[in-house]
Amino acid sequence: MSENRIGVAKTYKLYIGGAFPRSESGRSYPVSDAKGAFLANAAQGSRKDARDAVAAARKAFPGWSGATAYNRGQVLYRVAEVLEGRREQFAAEVAAAEGVALKKAQQLVDAAVDRWVWYAGWTDKVATVLGAANPVAGPYFSFSVPEPTGVVAVLAPQQSSLLGLVSAVAPVVATGNTAVVVASADRPLPAVTLSEVLATSDVPGGVVNVLTGRTEEIAPWLASHADVNALDLTGAPEALRAELERSAAGTVKRVLRPRPSEDYLREPDLGRLRAFVESKTVWHPVGT
Amino acid sequence: MWEYAPAPESRDIANLKPNYRMFVDGEFVEGGGEPLKSVNPGTGEVLAEVSTAAPADVDRAVKAARRAYDRVWGRMPGAERAKYIFRIARLIQERGRELAVLESLDNGKPIKESRDVDVPTAAAHFFYHAGWADKLGYAGYGPDPRPLGVAGQVIPWNFPLLMAAWKIAPALACGNTVVLKPAETTPLTALVLAEIIQQAELPPGVVNILPGAGDVGAAVVAHPDVDKVAFTGSTEVGKLIQRQLAGTGKKLTLELGGKAANIVFDDAPLDQAVEGIVNGIFFNQGHVCCAGSRLLVQESVAEELLDKLRTRVSTLRVGDPLDKNTDVGAINSAEQLARIQELTASGEAEGAQRWTSSCPLPDKGFYFAPTVFSNVSQAMRIAREEIFGPVLSVLTFRTPDEAVAKANNTPYGLSAGVWTEKGSRILWAAQKMRAGVVWANTFNRFDPTAPFGGYQESGFGREGGRTGLEAYLDV
Repeated sequence: MSENRIGVAKTYKLYIGGAFPRSESGRSYPVSDAKGAFLANAAQGSRKDARDAVAAARKAFPGWSGATAYNRGQVLYRVAEVLEGRREQFAAEVAAAEGVALKKAQQLVDAAVDRWVWYAGWTDKVATVLGAANPVAGPYFSFSVPEPTGVVAVLAPQQSSLLGLVSAVAPVVATGNTAVVVASADRPLPAVTLSEVLATSDVPGGVVNVLTGRTEEIAPWLASHADVNALDLTGAPEALRAELERSAAGTVKRVLRPRPSEDYLREPDLGRLRAFVESKTVWHPVGT
Repeated sequence: MWEYAPAPESRDIANLKPNYRMFVDGEFVEGGGEPLKSVNPGTGEVLAEVSTAAPADVDRAVKAARRAYDRVWGRMPGAERAKYIFRIARLIQERGRELAVLESLDNGKPIKESRDVDVPTAAAHFFYHAGWADKLGYAGYGPDPRPLGVAGQVIPWNFPLLMAAWKIAPALACGNTVVLKPAETTPLTALVLAEIIQQAELPPGVVNILPGAGDVGAAVVAHPDVDKVAFTGSTEVGKLIQRQLAGTGKKLTLELGGKAANIVFDDAPLDQAVEGIVNGIFFNQGHVCCAGSRLLVQESVAEELLDKLRTRVSTLRVGDPLDKNTDVGAINSAEQLARIQELTASGEAEGAQRWTSSCPLPDKGFYFAPTVFSNVSQAMRIAREEIFGPVLSVLTFRTPDEAVAKANNTPYGLSAGVWTEKGSRILWAAQKMRAGVVWANTFNRFDPTAPFGGYQESGFGREGGRTGLEAYLDV
């Protein structure tokens, strides 16, 4: 083989319904590394792409939310397995995107893999921890279980291109929701590679859909979309947050507001799991 | 049908006063707003004049709540807070008859409901949440979950005292202080609750109660020093509030409208189901956000069930809310009566078949005879819009999948019912229905230990149970 082999550059595309289409708008935008050097062109997702992604997420919802928690746990654990095998690739991408040293990038990738494992283990425990048998004052059996909210639009963190992304997406799908994710606008490449991992690790198409592009362009369509049930504002540009919340009110969406600062390297609490579940209470009489 | 002699509860028990004042910083004071007249919907007569809050009063109340939070309530050990809340529960029980009669006078609901449901359940909510005040570390929100601060709460007119209890009890248990606005048409029992709070010697400012119309509620919700907003009411207003709070960082919970499906399968015990259907839609004149207002009957039993249902509904006694034999009381206001009339007219105009009980109605006051629409299709307004009155819309289905699809064909998602003898089908239907509460072979059961709240446009957040505490904690 030649010493000067020319590398094969990847085309970075959207991930919708299990497929990798280009943006229907035909647009792309250049992505640079932290020092400003060109890395690749990413697809610049449009309103139509966002709507396609919502339709794909809705279509996937009955199957994914209806799967057993054990099954979801196995699928999410499988994601961690496949991620593990691509640690070097992700470390290089994260280092380029975030401008951190390779060693730091490796630490972030390891934490992202471990985060998947952590959330994979939660799938069949959430109902035990958040649910209840309700000791009502009468001859009834009453129990409450958490159920997934539905289709969740996730505006992924702008800074933490992989660990932050995983920390936002994994809890959404762990509880049985399906997701439309808008990747970090300036650091989208690890998200596209993560899509490739999802596509090859038993996650049904449509459960996670990933859009790249300008967050401020795509987010308003998701915030006002009637078939989106919830909105994670973590990566929303600050100037846009209030407007997105106002749009979300149009169909009473659940809105997760960003925390003032989030250290993604720390073990999370249950906040993100609780944010996108609905408690359902069932009653039945007791009698002979 | 049996004849019953009148059995009215004495209205003297209500200790009705000609004037009521708002409750701020531990005192009853005049408000700067235009006084409102609370009407007895059973007769249409004015019951009492109630002072209302002006914008400056809202500010005073929020300041009082903030002071009480900073200086006393927010830092008080949970075990001490608990004892105050237990006191409130006991005082409600002690003054139960008075509260029940006053509630029926002001709201129009039958005395047997205010006596047996509203008042005891209100007491139960305080009793339940009192016990949480010193056990919050066990609730699953970390070892020492903190309160939010000042809670602004706005409640509806359908369960005036009970909704006040649902709002105030968890807020206090978690260490928050409260500014509560009762509904314009039903402020009286909340102001007696204020007396009870005084009798329980709660520190001044911990609970403030501001009567008034929607503008007072809007001012409470918008006040910059309110940390948490809880609203129960219409989806329309809920959306306005969510929009208004956008970007403020205030924590919000909403309990909004509903259009619950009540599904009857062909193997259901029909006589029991009829009782449940009646309870589901005619309880509290149908002024219930989780009312079973859409009856879905399996086609093979539809005719039989409808016959039984009409027979049963025609025995419901509509009339004087204070009569112990009354099943269906008065519609809460002339405005609500007009809305019910408008929607039922649309049902007829759109081609549904109307059946209305021929029961006698009183000459005075606001009343609406129990009504059942059959041949209803999903596109009709009476199948889609919340009527909030004693009006049932009946649709049919053939297969379980169709039943669930129709049940879920609504932007709401508060409650649902299912009637069948088959256990596996109950659990299947309960799983498939996108609603926060599912009653199987029963309907309209409430308990402070059981979380209540909606999916989708019926709101978010829960009231009751361990889950309900989240609304009042900084987690």
